[in-house]
Amino acid sequence: MRYLPLTPDDRTIMLDKIGVSSVDALFDDVPESARFDGVVDLPRRATELQVERAFTRMAKKNTAASEAPFFVGAGAYKHHVPATVDHLIQRSEYLTSYTPYQPEISQGTLQTLFEFQTQVAALTGMEVANASMYDGSTACAEAVLMACRITRRNKAVLSGNLHPHYAAATHTLAKYMDIDTTSQGAKPGSLDDIANSITDETACVVVQNPDVFGKVHDLTPLAEAAHAKGALLIAVFTEVVSLGLMKSPGAMGADIVVGEGQSLGVGLQFGGPYVGLFACRGDRNFIRNMPGRLAGETVDADGRRGFVLTLSTREQHIRRDKATSNICTNSGLMALAWTIHCTLLGQDGVSKLARLNHERACELADRLSALPGVELVTDAFFNEFTLRLPKDAAGVVEALVDKGVLGGVPASRLYPGKGLDDLLLVAATETNTDEDLDAFEAALKEVL
Amino acid sequence: MSMNNQGRPSRPVHTYDAGAYEDTFSGSRGLDQAEPLIFERGHFDNTGVDLDEPKGTPTRLAGLDREGEIGFPGLSEPEAMRHYVRLSRKNYAIDLGLYPLGSCTMKHNPRLNEKMARLPGFGDIHPLQPQSTVQGAFELIGELAHWLMTLTGTPAVAMSPKAGAHGELCGMMAIRAALDARGEKHRRRVLVPESAHGTNPATAVQCGFTVDEIPANEGGRVDMEAFKAKLGDDVAGIMLTNPNTCGLFERDIKEIADLIHEAGGYFYCDGANFNAIVGRVRPGDLGIDAMHINLHKTFSTPHGGGGPGSGPTVFSEALAPYAPVPYVKQNGDSWTMIEHEGEAREDGTDPFGRMTAFHGNMGMFTRALSYMMSHGSDGLKQAAEDAVLNANYIQARLSHVMTQAFEGTCMHEALFDDRFLKDTGVSTLDFAKAMIDEGYHPMTMYFPLVVHGAMLIEPTETESRASLDRFCDTLEGLALAAKAGEKDRFMAAPVHAPAKRLDETRAARSPILRWTPPTDEQVAAE
Repeated sequence: MRYLPLTPDDRTIMLDKIGVSSVDALFDDVPESARFDGVVDLPRRATELQVERAFTRMAKKNTAASEAPFFVGAGAYKHHVPATVDHLIQRSEYLTSYTPYQPEISQGTLQTLFEFQTQVAALTGMEVANASMYDGSTACAEAVLMACRITRRNKAVLSGNLHPHYAAATHTLAKYMDIDTTSQGAKPGSLDDIANSITDETACVVVQNPDVFGKVHDLTPLAEAAHAKGALLIAVFTEVVSLGLMKSPGAMGADIVVGEGQSLGVGLQFGGPYVGLFACRGDRNFIRNMPGRLAGETVDADGRRGFVLTLSTREQHIRRDKATSNICTNSGLMALAWTIHCTLLGQDGVSKLARLNHERACELADRLSALPGVELVTDAFFNEFTLRLPKDAAGVVEALVDKGVLGGVPASRLYPGKGLDDLLLVAATETNTDEDLDAFEAALKEVL
Repeated sequence: MSMNNQGRPSRPVHTYDAGAYEDTFSGSRGLDQAEPLIFERGHFDNTGVDLDEPKGTPTRLAGLDREGEIGFPGLSEPEAMRHYVRLSRKNYAIDLGLYPLGSCTMKHNPRLNEKMARLPGFGDIHPLQPQSTVQGAFELIGELAHWLMTLTGTPAVAMSPKAGAHGELCGMMAIRAALDARGEKHRRRVLVPESAHGTNPATAVQCGFTVDEIPANEGGRVDMEAFKAKLGDDVAGIMLTNPNTCGLFERDIKEIADLIHEAGGYFYCDGANFNAIVGRVRPGDLGIDAMHINLHKTFSTPHGGGGPGSGPTVFSEALAPYAPVPYVKQNGDSWTMIEHEGEAREDGTDPFGRMTAFHGNMGMFTRALSYMMSHGSDGLKQAAEDAVLNANYIQARLSHVMTQAFEGTCMHEALFDDRFLKDTGVSTLDFAKAMIDEGYHPMTMYFPLVVHGAMLIEPTETESRASLDRFCDTLEGLALAAKAGEKDRFMAAPVHAPAKRLDETRAARSPILRWTPPTDEQVAAE
């Protein structure tokens, strides 16, 4: 077998050195009743060519985003990733290394994480950021737990326009810790009446911007309302590119900012692996309560600058049942992809990319909402907007597939049974050509 | 000076005293090149990506346009390439050498898997595309689920957990949900052996449980008398790693399963060490109720410098109904994905919730399945056997100079303690750092906690005998050097790494977690 270096002779020599007659003897500790004899009922070994054929067969049943006019968003976005990114993350030294616990031989990973943290903090307008989380939704859930630790309160108020899968992941993580995560009802096109739900017992308010329907909001009044009651504002984003053009959550008064970094460097990958971004204020109390890994600057024995994983006394491998989180891994390689893409873009490139996205979306929104019976629900948006259709949106999306267009996400897929059946979420990015927009407009006109 | 036939000097022009030129003008040392932060070398107005020109139409952001600069530079493509390649060379990697981190299973990562994950039909599909356009993706998830259930002998698996710790959470939440469904809200105590990974107690607490530690016996396994004494009607379950973190198979596992079930609790098995037993033991046969599988350990998806991982979690019949959404379902030739709890209830299940926004780490599913299909059922069994053989070979080769923590053969990892370093002035940490100078990544140190100065070595099955011999020769040399009083070489180590020992205390005392622009005074001082 191509991945196994030992030869039959090696095995004999090694068993001899160990002093046992067969490999079975090494499994003597497994009680007989626990042993599985024979070979499990699965296919036998396969050559590279056979595996490639099997995978290609399955892959062909899927429509890749690059194969069709593509406007699907709602938490993951189709963007162009420079070839350099994928080359670099496949360097053996990045791809096949472990968590940088031995800093003397991990400075590559540690320095890139330090740079990553700085870029995340800059983009979100916050003072510090961690070395990444699994994805945006789990970062959101962890932010709520952190806010509860800091405020010593156990009630979180979730905006109804927070991505419902983020709300569900947050509710799931929090519920067994007796943290109340009340979710408001969805209000497409407006900021829900969340400020009135804040009380002296509220630990945090969680609001997405742009929200799940694409609408952008000024969070400043909400931050003030939360702070007046001693609560924290957690700002969530699912489209990190929006931060290139919009006022940062930090500038609007957010205390913790979390979101999905997938748009930069990572690719769609059917939902994962992605990279959760996590940034917050730099108060000592915040830093000590952060979940996940942190890279920090220090010096080596020669006084030369170097980087280490730091403040690990927050973490499970030291604190065990008193840790801030059970998280062990970050999303290291995806964080690397993200930081490389950011470094290639630079601040000017991020802003320009954001502007291209916004302009594409504005143009598409104008064209689609000019169709008879179609109404633009979100008046201010970044690269995703919501349309009210004269028909059931899920049916329209299926009909668009027949026309070769992947035309967005029906709101009912995110909020089943909530009376939002006529709403369609549409995203446009720099990858959409004029021809894509033409095709979408023509197809939608036909199916309506 | 003479020249060889390629026109190069046949010997150095000058001969220097060793060490005389440690400090170079550039800060680089040959191929170990000093590399500043991007913030120190980049141009804040440069970019390495050519984009179309925006039209400059007015924005529709309700006046929320960004003001001022973001605050990070851009590098042109050649500069970026050099920056990240130079930094990469400061990392150890499995592709460079044996990576003996116990409990981490650092095995070869086949590049076929990378290629398969990047097929556009898998790498370039969206989690919320119409389900009719991603049937092949559902099929792949279903196929991987089938392999995992077959190898573990279990009837259900939740695919969405994003890492091992996330899988633990998934398993323990299912236990909590099952107890709640039984109306047994008094069962809140979870038994965890003191040798457990730190994630186990941390996970239990996140599910609202309290942790009660079970001591290990002298043989490194669960102390059965202590375990029995802790059973009671407030016990929610046990979290047990098998093979355990001492590298030993828990011989009493079936009795443990029976007793915990008799007491009304559930059995969570931490599958971190599944690599040792694939094809030889099906955990489902042992009576476990839930177990996560680290695809990044056992099934060779790359560790990536600290993730992403993937932690699918298998369930017994008792816990299967509580598995989280989403999950895929086959109906004849087509597949659907159940995405909401309401939908799931109509489907006859009772999920405890949702772990993450989408369906889990699909990119790891493709890699893992590619690895599993390559090996096949026969190859996977052979891999487990070779992993165990390699670990035992190391143990046999080194037990005369190092001190084996427990008697007898081990499973996939060999555990030593620091008795052999007694009175040498060399600690486990010093010993590990000296390995770096020898070109090796250290083993897992000071874990498990039940062994003093623990050194946990897991070679995996992808090391050749020659590689193991070189490694053992090196460790033997170091052990003898320590005993011979060569303390200084250990205290200074590493001296041949890109960095010397780093001051971790300083890093934690006044944390610097990001680059900040130099102040005016700092600029003036330069």
